[in-house]
Amino acid sequence: METVWTQVGSIDDIPVLGSRVVRTPDGDIALFRTAADEVFALEDACPHKQGPLSQGIVHGRRVTCPLHNWVIELATGEAVAPDEGRTGHVPVRVEGRSVSLALGEAKLSRGGCRKACGHV
Amino acid sequence: MDEVKAHTKASASCGGCSGTVERLLAVTLGDGFTAAPKVKPMCKCTHHTHDAVRAAIVEHGLKTMADVFQAMEWTTPDGCASCRPALNYYLLCAWPGEYKDDYQSRYINERAHANIQKDGTYSVVPRMWGGLTSAAELRAIADVVDKFNIPTVKVTGGQRIDLFGVKKEDLPAVWADLNAAGMVSGHAYAKGLRTVKTCVGSEWCRFGTQDSTGLGVKLERMTWGTWTPHKVKLAVSGCPRNCAEATIKDLGVVCIDSGYELHVGGNGGLHVRACDLLVRVATEEEVLEYTGAFMQLYREEARYLERTAPWVERVGLDHIKAALVEDPERRRALNARFLFSQTFSQDDPWAERAAKGVDRHEFNLLAEVG
Repeated sequence: METVWTQVGSIDDIPVLGSRVVRTPDGDIALFRTAADEVFALEDACPHKQGPLSQGIVHGRRVTCPLHNWVIELATGEAVAPDEGRTGHVPVRVEGRSVSLALGEAKLSRGGCRKACGHV
Repeated sequence: MDEVKAHTKASASCGGCSGTVERLLAVTLGDGFTAAPKVKPMCKCTHHTHDAVRAAIVEHGLKTMADVFQAMEWTTPDGCASCRPALNYYLLCAWPGEYKDDYQSRYINERAHANIQKDGTYSVVPRMWGGLTSAAELRAIADVVDKFNIPTVKVTGGQRIDLFGVKKEDLPAVWADLNAAGMVSGHAYAKGLRTVKTCVGSEWCRFGTQDSTGLGVKLERMTWGTWTPHKVKLAVSGCPRNCAEATIKDLGVVCIDSGYELHVGGNGGLHVRACDLLVRVATEEEVLEYTGAFMQLYREEARYLERTAPWVERVGLDHIKAALVEDPERRRALNARFLFSQTFSQDDPWAERAAKGVDRHEFNLLAEVG
């Protein structure tokens, strides 16, 4: 099946080293922009106690959860060791300034994603 | 110790059991255990200590975070969630009016100007100067509670009213209504001046020796909006019965017949610590000057996230007395630097966001789909 991309905004709408939220029927998705202008999308819930990751501090390709300082990899949703856990992530496409999400390929609520990233 | 913390979470939250964990490690490892060095690097991004970085900022005139990263050989391109807020504070304190606050290096509470709760909603605390309020303010608060279906209203330990369960997207509208009734941010979320707690003092109380409420209001008007290494709580009690619990505050004033006792370095939290008596003075003007000077000494010398209690214990009361009591010139200079920095910090952050649309992106969704 072909990937369906949903346009959600411009990269300029996401602050550098910051985050914005996209609301979907399956829950909130947090979009992050790194200093190198990469964009990543994670389920807006820390694997620890579901803290809103969109409210954390972005550094490198990681975000620190605002509730208990777990550090989460933006590319995979994986908690940085020794903490264990993974939050769902969503494939992102940036074309020019336009940012799109492949929502159909994301398995939200703590599961990783169905394909495109190697997670099961 | 750091590894035990990371893997077991023992002493990783409040730190209350860190002594026990350290002893356990020493017993278990015997000679193999080396106690953590007393002065540690700021974080994993650097081998420099807080004090070394701070000194370099002033000595070498480092004016931006990028300057610090480069001059101090940071190992990460943009720091981490631990060093960035600290550096942002050190730069802000060193270069008042010149350094531009780095918004993305602030914890969420200071970015959203409200306190994040476990469910991702926020709590809102309007300022009540010296703990005083009025029928008009209480009515406006009640109206806000009704209008935004705010589920919990709680009186805080610092004599303020806390509104819990506010949705983030509602914050600017809630602030607009509170602003319209003359209220401003209570900074209940800030590493800065929180509250000045008072008792009613000589205006009503049969034991009151001075106008503790009025003095509390003056202290709060002078110190609100300041950024400090950690939160700062003040109090003024009208007599030694000390109903405002002034002797467990960062700075507490206890009124006496002959004037005012100034107490510093107290804490009623994790490790309860009664204040040390700094000095006795005769006039309100002196109380204000000492307070400004104490605030500035703390701002310039304490490490980020170090409350006044551990700071006073670390540097010793004699060090504080030497700067503030025995050297009037230095006291006046510190107070002057404090007042100068305040000229850049006393804008209500709620009004800027409610009426002027500052940081609109912080409170709006990027998109809603499906």
